[in-house]
Amino acid sequence: MLAVLLAAPLGAISLIPISAPSHEQVFEIPKGTWARHMAGEKIETLPDHIYLTVGVRDVLVLKNRDDVPQTFGPTLMMPGQNFSLPFEQAAEYQFACTAHASGQMTIVVDPYPATPWARISWRARQLLRTL
Amino acid sequence: MKILHSIATLLLTCMVTASVAAPGAFKSGVFDPPRQAPEFSLQGTDGQTLNLNRYHGKVVLLAFGYSSCTAVCPVTLHTFALAMRKLGPAAAAVQVVYVTVDPERDTPARLKQFLANFDPTFIGGTGTAQQLEQVRKDYGVNAKKIPYEKTYVYDHSSFTYLLDRSGRIRTLMPYGHNADDFVNDLNMLLRE
Repeated sequence: MLAVLLAAPLGAISLIPISAPSHEQVFEIPKGTWARHMAGEKIETLPDHIYLTVGVRDVLVLKNRDDVPQTFGPTLMMPGQNFSLPFEQAAEYQFACTAHASGQMTIVVDPYPATPWARISWRARQLLRTL
Repeated sequence: MKILHSIATLLLTCMVTASVAAPGAFKSGVFDPPRQAPEFSLQGTDGQTLNLNRYHGKVVLLAFGYSSCTAVCPVTLHTFALAMRKLGPAAAAVQVVYVTVDPERDTPARLKQFLANFDPTFIGGTGTAQQLEQVRKDYGVNAKKIPYEKTYVYDHSSFTYLLDRSGRIRTLMPYGHNADDFVNDLNMLLRE
């Protein structure tokens, strides 16, 4: 009975295709970020590593909601401007990013998990990254 | 019962329908809303003043680099040249503008010779260190001079801006995309 109960979710996470309600992974610079930065506050608006998956969540969306231009990720963005960058190739991308102390931002784009084992592995990675 | 409920919840969670990327989408990153490309006034490789106003009505590929670059620039410019050939007659409505980050070595003559290796229609721009620094600031472009052996190299931004016929910055193509991706996006801008 226990084996059946364990096999059912394992089967589900290996067989059911990976999908997401939106392809977009959104990051935003909130209003007032520049003022807080000028007041000496250390603010991280983007993580050092961003994880995307081809065919699932493969569009990086950056939004500048602050009152001043910001170098956000790879580009200079005006106040109120959005930038949507699609990824079609699984790879690790390095972008210069002045928002980070290292001066670099890494975007890891995973391939679409097409096989049962890849789906288990993908779901496990997602779980670990959220912990 | 609780376990069965959890399994059912997991199944439902996994069954979220995937949305499909719209066909005919840009391969490069899109700015929304687009902003007007900051104007500049540099020394062009054709002997005239280089500014964007000259290319109003054309789609512009705007990139930054230097002629002594051995890693990124030759690949980028070769990709541009390939894309221009693939565009055929439509390439007449596209202009490549290449702004140097190395005013010490990139004289107009040297830059012209370098660009001609890829496509003689490509135009380069140079100026004083201060002028070029201002242009880079306006476009969010980085260029860091690094000593290398007895000379120096530049660590510089490798992306390309795509400007529409009205001179607005519409998209940013990161380094590494092939000519077909450029052709796709250029055609989209040319059709507007």
